Amino acid sequence: MIALLTQNAFWIITIVKIALLLFIVLTVNAYLTWFERKVVAHIQSRWGPHRVGPHGLLQPAADGLKFLFKEDPTPAGVDRFVYYLAPFLALALSLTALAVIPFGPDPLPFSVLGQKVYLWIANPEIGLLILFSITALSVYGLALAGWASNSKYSLMGGLRSSAQMISYELSLTMSVVGVLLMANTFSLTEIIEKQSHGLGGWGFLGWNIFAWGKGGLLFPQIIGFICFFTSAIAETNRAPFDLPEAESELVAGFHTEYASFKFAMFFIAEYTAMITVSCLATILFFGGWVSFFPESWTITHYIPSVTLIPFGLWVIYDGIKYETIFGKVMLPGVGAVMAAIGAGLIAFPAVNEFIQPVFWFTAKVFVFLFFYVWARGTLPRLRYDQLMNVGWKLLLPVSIANVIFTAAAILLWGQS
Amino acid sequence: MVPTNYYLILSAILFGLGAVAFVFKRNIITIFMSIELMLNAVNLAFVAFSQAFGKVHGQVFVLFVIVVAAAEAAVGLGIIILTQRNRQSLNIEKVDLLKL
Amino acid sequence: MSPALLIFFVLAAIAVLAAVNLVVQRHPIHSALSLIVVMVCLAGLYLLMGAEFVAAVQIIVYGGAIMVLFIFVIMLLNAGEEERTDFSKIAKFAGLPLALALTASIAAAVVKPDPNVPGVTQAVIPEATKQISSMLFKEFVYPFELTSFLILVAIIGALVLAQREKK
Repeated sequence: MIALLTQNAFWIITIVKIALLLFIVLTVNAYLTWFERKVVAHIQSRWGPHRVGPHGLLQPAADGLKFLFKEDPTPAGVDRFVYYLAPFLALALSLTALAVIPFGPDPLPFSVLGQKVYLWIANPEIGLLILFSITALSVYGLALAGWASNSKYSLMGGLRSSAQMISYELSLTMSVVGVLLMANTFSLTEIIEKQSHGLGGWGFLGWNIFAWGKGGLLFPQIIGFICFFTSAIAETNRAPFDLPEAESELVAGFHTEYASFKFAMFFIAEYTAMITVSCLATILFFGGWVSFFPESWTITHYIPSVTLIPFGLWVIYDGIKYETIFGKVMLPGVGAVMAAIGAGLIAFPAVNEFIQPVFWFTAKVFVFLFFYVWARGTLPRLRYDQLMNVGWKLLLPVSIANVIFTAAAILLWGQS
Repeated sequence: MVPTNYYLILSAILFGLGAVAFVFKRNIITIFMSIELMLNAVNLAFVAFSQAFGKVHGQVFVLFVIVVAAAEAAVGLGIIILTQRNRQSLNIEKVDLLKL
Repeated sequence: MSPALLIFFVLAAIAVLAAVNLVVQRHPIHSALSLIVVMVCLAGLYLLMGAEFVAAVQIIVYGGAIMVLFIFVIMLLNAGEEERTDFSKIAKFAGLPLALALTASIAAAVVKPDPNVPGVTQAVIPEATKQISSMLFKEFVYPFELTSFLILVAIIGALVLAQREKK
């Protein structure tokens, strides 16, 4: 039995990693919807969901139950195969993109079944190209959904969405070429590796957005980052580029005819694409798991604990004063768990060392997700022709110019 | 180690299927798609030889074939849109006379 | 049977089934979806052979751009199912055997393995992307520039062809 396990250890570990990643990503998706509703609500001077569970924390669970139990009608005259295929395709492609994202550099300190367990599912040589392939294929989910619904609003919404996606795909890939020129490789772990040599050991100067490594100042990829993030917001059909699926426009666009569970699949696909793009932005432009401070300042290794313990204590304090009994019980429990994790990190330095890169990566991804939600709450929607103008006439030439300037800088000032 | 001729036989089968679709289908767009299938079959043969002999010339040529197929698809679909506008039908049997 | 051979047979079977589906289906959008499956299977075969860059380009350009163009046109022109028309009598009886004959005549040239041609393994060409790009800009620079001109001509042609008639 043990021999059978150790022979197929690679497959077993991979399957366990996939299951774990799916579980974590689906939970993060659910709480991302809660986070978005709360933040957008507070920007608009109102409370978000605050009834279902303390501070509305059980709202995603209630939404999930609603999606499971709602009636799931199929409109008449639809093309059945394509109608059922479209949300499945969108969800499958979005979740597949997470397989190549590295979450940390070192393997687990203990070896499972004789194998080292790395913090990624796959690390191919062309990791970045695989991500772009999956982004290119995810246009089909929207286009086919719009067409299969046998309704003119869905068709127009689907065509507009997919035209928007393929237009912004160009500037998305072009704005990354500057990073590729500086890194000389498509592999995501190596791109992060090349950003870890900041000037004077300062971590953040090595990030591609400042690009001040040991070889001197190369071309800081600020314009590239702005083009990338704007294209990414348009690519994932989020505000302010969400005209094709906005509710006051084409009656919710391509997912008008999709009810409960299939709509939930589109929903999850959109939020997972948001998470993937935020991870990609941190890896390519902000150094992934490279810490902000120099490596020699080991006191900064206590930053995770320093953030977790006071936050946990504040949650306990807030929970004690909460109105409902459920909140009085649950919130202090959650706060106590957070403070215990923070204290545990101080107590076990080996775990603390291991958690450092993962903490920085997660913190940066969280900042980008906050930008996404902030943009949704603040900016007005762009009209469709304005949207296409921005994509073709502004972002594409600027990203091509970025490539030319980066290439010139590398030729003139040498390759680090 | 997969023998190279397995890839070549697969390429021949796909090419034959593309030719069959080209001859027997009536919709102009499907005929156009069968042309793309034939081009893909040829690409497979190119890459198989390139990897068998260890030289990248085959893969460079595959890139050129893909680019030319893209350009051809753009212009061809433009022509198909015009045909649909003029004859109001995508049936190729209605486009087989020189006179309108 | 080595894992590579097994994956080859699985991908090849899916590709052939999808190509047959392309011939058999009546609605062009189902044919388009089958063609996308063929292209993704072929990209998988390129990965199996070790040609990673070509696999990625195949999915991004062919599967993500050209086929999207096809699907847009099918949706915009509202292409319906093909009507049942009667083939000529010759085509009904001699069609399939002649198609098999065509495929067999192409395949007969390659059925016997040639001892001069080595088998395909995965890691044969080191740094294939670098070699492809250097070859594109050194030996094949003239076709490269010509294809960029060709794409420009195609864009202008497609624009001119598809614009509305001026009243």
